[in-house]
Amino acid sequence: MSQREFIRQMPGQTGATLSPGLAVRLHLDPPLLVGLLLLMFGGLTVLYSAGGESMDLVVRQCIRFGAGLTVLFLLAQIPPRSYRFWAPVIYSIGLVLLILVLVIGTEAKGAQRWLSIPGAGRFQPAEVMKLAVPAMVAWYFTERTLPPKLTDVIAALLLLGVPAMLIGLQPDLGTAILIAASGLVVLFMAGLSWRLIAVAIIIVVTAAPLMYFFVMHDYQRNRVDTFLNPEADPRGTGWNIIQSKTAIGSGGVNGKGWLDGTQSRLDFLPESSTDFILAVLSEEFGLVGVSILLMMYLVIVGRGFFISWQAQDTFARLLAASLVMTFFIYVFVNIGMVSGLLPVVGVPLPLISYGGTSVVTLLASFGMLMSIHTHRRLMSY
Amino acid sequence: MRRPLTLKDHHHEQRIFSVRLVVGVFLVLLLTGILIGRMIWLQVIEHNRYTTLSDNNRVQTQAVAPPRGLITDRHGEILADNRPDFSLEIIIEQAGDLDQLLIELGNLIELDEGDRERFEKRRRTARRPWEPVPLRGRLTEEEIARLVVNQHRLAGIRISADPIRHYPHGILFSHVLGYVNRINVQDLDAMTLDQQRNYAGTHFYGRSGIERFYEDTLHGEVGYRQVETNARGRILRVLEEQAPVPGKPLRLRLSMRVQQAAYDALGERRGAVVAIDPRDGSVLAFVSRPGFNPNLFVTGISYKDYSAYRNDHDNPLFNRALQGRYPPGSTIKPMYGLAGLDAGVTNWERTIFDPGYYQLENDPHRYRDWKRWGHGRVDLRLAVVQSCDTYFYDMGFKLGIERMHRYMNQFSLGQPTGIDLYNESSGIMPSKQWKKAARGRPWFHGDTINASIGQGFVLATPLQLANATAIMASHGKQVIPTLAGDHQPVERTDIVLNDQDNWEKMTEAMVGVTELGGTARAMASGAKYDIAAKSGTAQVFSVGQDETYNEDELAERLLDHALLVSFAPAEKPAIAVAVLVENGRHGGSTAGPVARQVMDAWLLDKEGELKVPPVFANTPATPPSNTADDDSDQENRP
Repeated sequence: MSQREFIRQMPGQTGATLSPGLAVRLHLDPPLLVGLLLLMFGGLTVLYSAGGESMDLVVRQCIRFGAGLTVLFLLAQIPPRSYRFWAPVIYSIGLVLLILVLVIGTEAKGAQRWLSIPGAGRFQPAEVMKLAVPAMVAWYFTERTLPPKLTDVIAALLLLGVPAMLIGLQPDLGTAILIAASGLVVLFMAGLSWRLIAVAIIIVVTAAPLMYFFVMHDYQRNRVDTFLNPEADPRGTGWNIIQSKTAIGSGGVNGKGWLDGTQSRLDFLPESSTDFILAVLSEEFGLVGVSILLMMYLVIVGRGFFISWQAQDTFARLLAASLVMTFFIYVFVNIGMVSGLLPVVGVPLPLISYGGTSVVTLLASFGMLMSIHTHRRLMSY
Repeated sequence: MRRPLTLKDHHHEQRIFSVRLVVGVFLVLLLTGILIGRMIWLQVIEHNRYTTLSDNNRVQTQAVAPPRGLITDRHGEILADNRPDFSLEIIIEQAGDLDQLLIELGNLIELDEGDRERFEKRRRTARRPWEPVPLRGRLTEEEIARLVVNQHRLAGIRISADPIRHYPHGILFSHVLGYVNRINVQDLDAMTLDQQRNYAGTHFYGRSGIERFYEDTLHGEVGYRQVETNARGRILRVLEEQAPVPGKPLRLRLSMRVQQAAYDALGERRGAVVAIDPRDGSVLAFVSRPGFNPNLFVTGISYKDYSAYRNDHDNPLFNRALQGRYPPGSTIKPMYGLAGLDAGVTNWERTIFDPGYYQLENDPHRYRDWKRWGHGRVDLRLAVVQSCDTYFYDMGFKLGIERMHRYMNQFSLGQPTGIDLYNESSGIMPSKQWKKAARGRPWFHGDTINASIGQGFVLATPLQLANATAIMASHGKQVIPTLAGDHQPVERTDIVLNDQDNWEKMTEAMVGVTELGGTARAMASGAKYDIAAKSGTAQVFSVGQDETYNEDELAERLLDHALLVSFAPAEKPAIAVAVLVENGRHGGSTAGPVARQVMDAWLLDKEGELKVPPVFANTPATPPSNTADDDSDQENRP
């Protein structure tokens, strides 16, 4: 059986539109790629409306997509064992950079998130950590026997907790939580005992009020207050979430039609092209539109899970599962916050929201997924 | 060995992972289900609520204030209209550094503390984002120009034009027209829900005078405009419009010419003139001096201007014609005469001897006549012509206070005339019962004597005196003074004397007052018509204790008030005038000429020939237009 025929028989490859041979040689995964491209196309359509029919915004987003796809393609070429090899190094560098950000970072909107590199613009080390943390935790467990012992769990918690805390200090609570979550997913996938999970849940539930009163910044506390009761200050902090819910609710089942969403078109909806873009989509395309979007996300997540299931070693499995779960957490947190289920944390809607580095980071993670899937040794089990 | 040697069991690890993966898939599906459920909740179950919220955001129903009805005199002369007023507003959200902006604006236009305070207050009250906050009204052309030239560096300013009430003749009609000013919470609270709805877009409310009494007529009905706005409050398009019903124009029965004559004739003296057409009750002139500039009140009078009015000893805000209560003095005598005749206590032939005083039996007190040496032998006619006090002391005592009270009430003394203005004073026409109730004391004979010459407890407003005179002029037919249109006040029964010829005879006696030997002869010189009149002087009893005057001023303020009532032409009256000049001393010589000028203005044509104007007709010769400034309310300058 030739390699080509074997691949053709692989689950998920049936009916692929791209030539499997070419795709494998390019280390791309056609179903995932098609899903992403469809999502990006839909995102641009919504963005055009959200930005007030500004082609400029769409073009700039396309440029980001281009950059992201390039990174995806490049990362797909790198075999997973290289990721495994470099994970501790990149993680360590990232950690140093995070400390540097706190010391010499550039401030914007009251938070120190950016690191200026002379001649090369600026970037957020936190973005690197979004990939480095799950890779690092996966690397750690790959070296150990599973299910993890308590000491390993504590070590893993330190590995994900330290960068999360540093990012939380910037302060960027949203990213900190997501990075912690990406590490925790690895922990979970590695077989963290259910008893510990139960204990953790109890701790979180009891610690949350303490966090609120003693740890959180005022602006973070405000967000929680607003989440609990947006009507308390409808013209101020509650404005975003009230307008967002109004946009979603008024969209109904079929929506008001593309370019016809009054909430966003008449500027009632703030952040309509970035974090709150789902409200635009819901207003203009209704429940039908949101359902289609969720289906597309599920297809991508499903394919990701399949890739992680097919992965051949623990590192690849854990990393792939973590990247996919994190991707889904993005989706859930964003839609949850825009629809008023969760407090407002600055999390973009993956590949739909207009936004800089997150697009590239997201596509990079899919590059790693594709690398995992396309660098398998041909062996049966 | 640091680490126990444990072999990695790949199959075991794979199994653990697979189980966790299944749990992960399950979690993903569960969370997705939650999201879908949330969306169904918002978009299907709560859809209507959010559609309403969204429409409320987008669609603004703006109340459109109806243009206020114009007020004209009987000839169509405009007395109150609406003119655009340019005001400076600030959109806080666009302004950036507000303090800096206010400083810069302060350099360009005049901003006083009051402006700043009002601005701060309005800024802090609830408003939609991007809703402009007014900073200053009444911008002059020059100020507008300066603002427009500098607009590029004044982010957030807006100049808007709204129609405001304007009184072209200013002070001339101040006490009769009154004024409008900004509607306030108390005004709205006092309204029914329907009225509140009708006032949704209205900024001004009739505060006094005609503006207040005819508020409902002048206001009109609110209109609505549904507009689509963006979050910045900018109107993108008008979805639906229901035009307001403009306030009805109000044609007053006043004559500009007569009003002007009365105002000029009073000159700088304090006083009041009320002229009534006895044929139909039309008020021809209604003047109280000093007056005030009603235009200052419309957009909110400044503290400085207001305190100037309040601290003025001449009390320019006080409506003397409507609320000033003065002893009518001798002006009441013709009416007493009629009452005496009717009650049978006197007749035209009866005479008394006047030694210069009157004495009651068993009472040493002498009630003095104004003429110290007396009028000698006088009959009723002479008593009216020469204003003999003693005759009326005697007759009044015989008539008694109860009958006086009853007769004078029929002449509207001691009760409101029913004019179409609020807060009319009803004066006092005393009775035994009244004194008991008001003063807690019994009635004395001396009280009757004092009342017989219009002094003592008797108090009347200039309006009441004009009204009583008009009733005299129309031979007892009840005349209700009416300022505007179809005001239908209470019905009062006409006065019917036992001998109706007495009206004619009393008129003849009053004509004698303006002839040689009469107290008001000065006013009739060169008149082209006969004038029936009665002069009066009212003693000023006291000056308010809390009022401070310098000596000259005090001396002047203690002088008698001059009064005169008159009507003309005597045989077919077309005007009745009451004049009051505070501290004017002599009714005949001070108030008389004022009344004459008012009569001339009404009865003579431009060539100075007698030409009695027709009675007021409800269809005006030239209909007043109501088109000016109707659509200027939303105009914005760039």
